[in-house]
Amino acid sequence: MTDKPLVLIVDDEPQIRRLLTVSLEANAYRVMSAVSGQEGLVLAAQHRPALVVLDLGLPDSSGQEVLRRLREWSNAPVLVLSVQDDEKGKVAALDAGADDYVTKPFNTDELLARLRVALRRSTKTGEAAVVYAKNLVVDLATRRVTVSGKEVKLSKIEYDLLRLLARHAGKVLTHRQILQEVWGTGHENDTHYLRVYIAHLREKLEANPELPELLLTELGVGYRFLATE
Amino acid sequence: MTERDRPNPDALLAAIQRDEVRQQWGKLKVFLGMCAGVGKTYAMLEAARREFAAGRDVVIGYLETHGRKETDALAEGLPAIPRRQIEYRGIQLSELDLDAALARKPKLILVDEFAHSNAPESRHPKRYQDVLELLNAGMDVFTTLNIQHLESRAEAVAQITGVTIHETVPDTALTDADFELVDLPPDELRARLAAGKVYLPERAATAQDRFFRVGNLSALRELALRFTAEHVGQDVLAERRAHGTGTPWKSGQRLLVAVSASPTSASLVRWTRRLTGELHAAWLAVYVESTRAMSDEDQARLAKNLALARELGAEIITTTDDDVVRGILRIAREQNATQFVVGKPAGWRVIELFRGGSVLNRLIRESGQIDVHVVRAEGEKVIRRPVRPENFWKIDFRTYAWATGIVAGVTGLNAVLDQFVGFYALALTYLLAVVVLALFVGRGPVFFAATLSALLWNFFFLPPRFTFFITSFQDGMMFAMYFIVALVLGQLTARIRTQQTAERQREQRATALYLLTRDLAESPDLAQLLAVVIQQVGKTFRADVALSLPDENESAPVTAYFASTWALSDKEQTVAAWAFQHRQSAGRGTDNLPAGEGLHLPLVAGARATGVLSLRFIDAAPLSPAQRDLLDAFIRQIALVFDRERLRDAETQAKFLAESERMGTMLLNSVSHELRTPLAAISSVASGLRAAGELNAAQQSLTVELDEATRRLNRLVRNLLDLSRLEAGHLRMNTDWHDLRDFLRSAMQNLGHSLSRHEIKIDVPTDFPPVKLDAILTEQILVNLLGNAAVHTPPGTKVEFSARAEADQLVLRVADNGPGLPSGDTARWFDRFQRGPDAVAGGTGIGLSLVKGFAEAQGGSVSAENRPDGGALFTVKLPLTKLPPVPEEKE
Repeated sequence: MTDKPLVLIVDDEPQIRRLLTVSLEANAYRVMSAVSGQEGLVLAAQHRPALVVLDLGLPDSSGQEVLRRLREWSNAPVLVLSVQDDEKGKVAALDAGADDYVTKPFNTDELLARLRVALRRSTKTGEAAVVYAKNLVVDLATRRVTVSGKEVKLSKIEYDLLRLLARHAGKVLTHRQILQEVWGTGHENDTHYLRVYIAHLREKLEANPELPELLLTELGVGYRFLATE
Repeated sequence: MTERDRPNPDALLAAIQRDEVRQQWGKLKVFLGMCAGVGKTYAMLEAARREFAAGRDVVIGYLETHGRKETDALAEGLPAIPRRQIEYRGIQLSELDLDAALARKPKLILVDEFAHSNAPESRHPKRYQDVLELLNAGMDVFTTLNIQHLESRAEAVAQITGVTIHETVPDTALTDADFELVDLPPDELRARLAAGKVYLPERAATAQDRFFRVGNLSALRELALRFTAEHVGQDVLAERRAHGTGTPWKSGQRLLVAVSASPTSASLVRWTRRLTGELHAAWLAVYVESTRAMSDEDQARLAKNLALARELGAEIITTTDDDVVRGILRIAREQNATQFVVGKPAGWRVIELFRGGSVLNRLIRESGQIDVHVVRAEGEKVIRRPVRPENFWKIDFRTYAWATGIVAGVTGLNAVLDQFVGFYALALTYLLAVVVLALFVGRGPVFFAATLSALLWNFFFLPPRFTFFITSFQDGMMFAMYFIVALVLGQLTARIRTQQTAERQREQRATALYLLTRDLAESPDLAQLLAVVIQQVGKTFRADVALSLPDENESAPVTAYFASTWALSDKEQTVAAWAFQHRQSAGRGTDNLPAGEGLHLPLVAGARATGVLSLRFIDAAPLSPAQRDLLDAFIRQIALVFDRERLRDAETQAKFLAESERMGTMLLNSVSHELRTPLAAISSVASGLRAAGELNAAQQSLTVELDEATRRLNRLVRNLLDLSRLEAGHLRMNTDWHDLRDFLRSAMQNLGHSLSRHEIKIDVPTDFPPVKLDAILTEQILVNLLGNAAVHTPPGTKVEFSARAEADQLVLRVADNGPGLPSGDTARWFDRFQRGPDAVAGGTGIGLSLVKGFAEAQGGSVSAENRPDGGALFTVKLPLTKLPPVPEEKE
């Protein structure tokens, strides 16, 4: 057992498979690739990869189906490859348990960064009591929030929202997931609550609310709290 | 809250629905009085003036002041709709102008005298029907009514005052009305009467003293007070049920009233309605059809009794059974009735002994768990049935002539046979003739033939001949026995025959319905189906048939189907349209527009009408209840099939659309995949090279160029795909709440380096509330507008973006400082593949057409112009949705 993490690539395009293999191997990963969803599931079951890169547009069964069946028994982080104009597919994949997505055509740097965050999240044991991001410090134990050392007063919902995002730093949370967690069942479609409260939070936490760096919008999908590497 | 106190969801729903219906319908307010002269019109006008003063749109539709000065003065200043003047047989009549009122459509309209009967040839026979149409059109109505005109109270009033009331209003017309009782103590009323302040029609003047006795007035007053109190009680009860306060309501009572052609039935029906009102129970009116033939008069009265029950809100059920008691009990069990209402028999009939007791006794004995109310049947004097002169003249004399002829013939034959056989045998020949006759004619002629033959036998053949004397005891016995045997045999045969006829009719009806159902089921398409309907209905009811269907062009509500066998006149067409719109039968024999020559029945399935079937009967006689029943069954069946057909068509259409959309989406997705995979490869190679970190500066910048080119190509691919989607109508909208600045950030990120050579100035209010738009479409609008500005203006110039909320629109503006748009039609700049004559390389001419398409898809618009100080200005207007409240946090 080497300490190089194993990444399983499920994509029907040979060129993408080759490229990903080259890039990932150059960055200290072991790589295994599957041409179809079926093969991917078999390989995943046999080799227990540390992470799965899954293309949503597979020919045999849809990527969503592979994800669903994988999630029945595996907690390995899944990074989804998606096309730009398929927001619905991204949201569905995230709601079904995918950890993150990268939009084609993607940038290798970006992909590698996402991979690292997802892997770290999955290997991390226990929860950090304090989350640091740029000038922001969120102390989950004492519920204290400071920006550049100055304490910021947050309302209960603002804090709940921030805590949820901060605890999943680097991961995209869909609108639905956030609304359900913070406002409760029955509010899944009240996206306007979310917009109003995110604006409040940005106003209080961001150095420049017009160009947010901590609370990032994934248009049509959800929000991501800045990943601290 | 205990289980018991929790509001019943059904009741809540019913209450909400009733509220909804009330909201769509206007509200009816009735100023109710015990009799004429209490000041109802005055009270109504006072109330109207208050509404008018409060700024409501109040109009007088019809007012009857009888020239009273105070009332006239009160009406002054209120706008009024001129009355419709009708000349009928030289008399000038004026009525409410319903069409003018519908066209004027005020918020509140005053229509005096709810129970008034309209002039002949009016749209409705009764004014209350006009009012219902006004309510249906959403207007509130104030009206006046005397208690004696209320259908369910008319009987009681007639009993109190001895005056029969003709103009009555069904209680159902007042179901959701509010009542205001206009009360006046009897003594004061009499004083007003004495002072001549009460208007009375001339013919009623003689009845005045009888009617306005203090005793009468007190009784009427009590009736009115009680009615109002009951009605208020009903509202409270309904409320209580909806909100679960107080004791739960004992439900499940179902009353059954047996209706017949008897004139006393009407009073039974009214009595039952009153009881159901107090019990809040559902009720059924049951008619048991027997094999006995009914006179036209009886049939008309039966139809009237059933119509009364229907108007008062009963469910009508007709069944066939020779034994009335058995029929009633069967229906009662099928329908779970809990109480019976039957009339107290007027007299004692010997025949009941043979049937195992009177109807009443048997009902009581056999009803088991069901309670029986025996009600003293009040009504018109029962006319003894057999001797009705008008009926007498209707006797079919031909059958009697036949009977006479046959008996005479047999007598001739017997005269010959007499020489060969004994006179006892001749009786058998007569008997045979009577029985044969019974096979063809009714009971009357058979009875007649039996009597005649007995007498002839006696006269001609029984010794002593040619006298009616009978000498021997044996002959006397023979004569008596012959008479009885002939009578019984004849009657039995006749009865079997009528039963057979009835059976055959029933079978014919069942067959007709079966044939219709079968043919409808077998029709392969709608055209065939329509032909079947027209043919079958025409054949079964001996009528010319027109089928009108909703007009697709909506120019008229319905147009007749071309294969109809009856060409509707304009007038009939209007009646058919009315039936369609109101989902009520109209025309001959109904209460709606009865002046027409045809009967128009809407085909109603669920809450909507799918067409109208119009019949013009070839026979003048009205339909029998059984036929009417069959016609109703036909209509129900046809409506069901129509609805099914309509749904099937819609489903096929939807399936087809979905399939074509699926194919389109699949194709686009596959194209998208094919184009983007190599792009993804190129882009990842470029970044991979850079990440490897072994490139010199020149190589490094080359990879950046590669990146940039990939991005641009990707945008182009996306635009082309979007364009195909837009063209094919496959654009899937997904509107949700978004932060406007998120669109902008995403768009700028998307454009990447393309914007780096320009100065971008952004002007969006910091507190701009969330907007409800489609994320992808709106982002692409910005991408294309900003990208367009970057491509078409020289590097270093300023591009300004601003967003404003103006009225109920979001206005996005992108202004540049470039050369501006060439003169000409600016709207054309949004056409596809439209490029400037000296356009810089880099545009494809589809960006702006996408901006236009995406804006319009979201209900917005685009425009372009040149700024006075140089440069182009593109404006996109998108609808703004008001932000729903976000709950405040409790600190």
